[in-house]
Amino acid sequence: MSKLVISDLHASVNGRMILNGVDLEVRTGELHVLMGPNGSGKSTLSNVIMGNPKFRVESGGILLDDLNVLAMKPDERARAGLFLAFQEPVEISGVNVFNFLRTAASKVSKEPVNFSELKKRTTEYFKEVNLSENFINRYLNEGFSGGEKKRFELLQLMLLKPKIAVLDEIDSGLDMDTLKTVGELVRNSLKATGLLVITHYERIMDYIKPDFIHIISDGKIVKTGGIEILKAVKEKGYEQYRV
Amino acid sequence: MQKQRIEMDYSRYDFKNPTEYELKFEKGLSEEVVERISKLKNEPDWMREFRIKAYKFFKNRPVPQWGGNLNDINFDDIIYYMKPIKGKVDRWEDLPEDIRSTYDKLGIPEAEKKVLSGVEVMYESEVVYNRVKKELDDLGVVFCDTDTAVRKYPELVKKYFGKVVSSNDNKFAALNSAVWSGGSFIYVPKNVKVPMLLQAYFRINAASMGQFERTLIIVDEGADVTYLEGCTSPVYSNDSLHAAVVEIVALKDSHVKYITVQNWSSNVYNLVTKRAFAYENAFVEWIDSNMGSRLSMKYPSVFLMGRGARANTLSIAFANRGQHQDTGSKMIHLAPDTSSTVTSKSICVGGGRTSYRGLVKVVKGAENVKSAVRCDALILDDDSQTDTYPYMEVDEDNAITTHEASVGKVGDEQLFYMTSRGIPEQEALNMIVLGFMNEFIKELPLEFAVEFNRLIAINMEGSVG
Repeated sequence: MSKLVISDLHASVNGRMILNGVDLEVRTGELHVLMGPNGSGKSTLSNVIMGNPKFRVESGGILLDDLNVLAMKPDERARAGLFLAFQEPVEISGVNVFNFLRTAASKVSKEPVNFSELKKRTTEYFKEVNLSENFINRYLNEGFSGGEKKRFELLQLMLLKPKIAVLDEIDSGLDMDTLKTVGELVRNSLKATGLLVITHYERIMDYIKPDFIHIISDGKIVKTGGIEILKAVKEKGYEQYRV
Repeated sequence: MQKQRIEMDYSRYDFKNPTEYELKFEKGLSEEVVERISKLKNEPDWMREFRIKAYKFFKNRPVPQWGGNLNDINFDDIIYYMKPIKGKVDRWEDLPEDIRSTYDKLGIPEAEKKVLSGVEVMYESEVVYNRVKKELDDLGVVFCDTDTAVRKYPELVKKYFGKVVSSNDNKFAALNSAVWSGGSFIYVPKNVKVPMLLQAYFRINAASMGQFERTLIIVDEGADVTYLEGCTSPVYSNDSLHAAVVEIVALKDSHVKYITVQNWSSNVYNLVTKRAFAYENAFVEWIDSNMGSRLSMKYPSVFLMGRGARANTLSIAFANRGQHQDTGSKMIHLAPDTSSTVTSKSICVGGGRTSYRGLVKVVKGAENVKSAVRCDALILDDDSQTDTYPYMEVDEDNAITTHEASVGKVGDEQLFYMTSRGIPEQEALNMIVLGFMNEFIKELPLEFAVEFNRLIAINMEGSVG
């Protein structure tokens, strides 16, 4: 059982404050949804959790069990059990997908990965996320459609088996069928992982059934509750939560 | 942007072998020097006159100011001719010990054994080793040094030498035309597909050396050849000058692929004129890498002379501290239905500078031309610089020309993505850089791809992210 604890987190980008005191706890086996209007700080939070150097933490803390996450580089965070499914995964030409997966898996598992075993496992994951196994020979995210990129992010989640994963707008830009697949994959990956799903759509909620919903506004979590919050958002929007 | 440092690993190439020279000119250039080179080579009058005329062009032309900084070159501080041994040999064992050990260290004989090809080796001013497999002889393929070709194949040489790149093309082509020595001469007869890679190795060993090889490749109708040149040198505090001229004549329906792996040390000025004439339905490819040198100015060009001719340039430039790679390609469309692509990839780091400089020209009457230029630059820190100077002169309305440039510090986002998967920064950067170059690396024969990967020793100091 692992626990990610975010306390009174303040962060800025290019001198502009975005997060103004975020408090949040995510445990393995839990599914949290973070919702909020554009510019409320959702993506900043996910980047800060993973350690994107573009963002600057001004104060507050992030702990993964007893580890001080803020003192760690992104690769160390990944090896400690954090994962971020990117909103817009970057394309890296010339870097072979399987070579990338193999390198990542060997770093995160901290032990040598058996090549053929990994290949077999990866091939199964490709099937599960409904991507052709030909993707294994392609370059990292290059020429992938929006939906393919999202599915490939989930494949990495399944492969790396993190303790806590942040899924940043994993549902945006997806058609209904893909959304359904992605939603189910998210739900299924929950067993050993704590999930923080960031979204500004309600659609995916039909497939993932969250344990907690948080509303973020102006860089602070202003409301936490269960599925009933969704109804309130649908009816009156985010305005009602404005401080 | 984080500070990053990438080092080219020159240690493999940075050794100086004490060499005994049969002949070594004093520093400096004059008409007498040019005459003396011609006399040494026992050349016919037309070549001697060609040289003298070229020397005058060289004298009269100012040092170009439009590209990299050439003003620090001291033409009086360069040795224009150096002959390491008496004659050249065709058995590796017959090379003098000092030269042989140079190439043994560079792994040349191994490479040759692996690819089983024709090999030529040039050391300072002269070709010291040339071996052509019997298989090539049987096909009528000529592969020798250009000095030999002047004597043995005078009609061919006279017909094409200096016709693709005139002796007054630019200051450094003029210099080469005046003092040229060595280089490769290749002739591939009609419809012959050369079944192996032809390779040449150029080595500057001495300080303040000028290397001026001259290469002429004639590919007859329907013929096919791939040629690879590799260039290395040790590091000296004095500058060396490499000013080569490469001329390619690709006749009707022929194909020629010219691969360069340049890894000069950071004291070499690399100023090379490379040009091909592509006749009807011919296909010319320049695969060009510029990893080393202090300043490279090199723009492999193709004149598309006949209907349906095609041309392709794929180039890689890598500039580290104190280096400027000013490279690109020129595609001159002179005939209808011709097409060209240029892909230029550059990486700058540690204060290095890369520039893309290129030209696509379509003349009146060259209808249905297609040309696509793509420049991708990767900047790895704030001290480094990249710029693009794409020129287009299109005089036909129905030409389709495209230019795409991505000048990105995309490195940051890519690095974050990779590290977020547990891959340490240095390893991630290594993967990104090799990936960025992959398009080039996959064009290399396997043994060279392995060597090339090894050549890039990546060594980075990342501040805490």
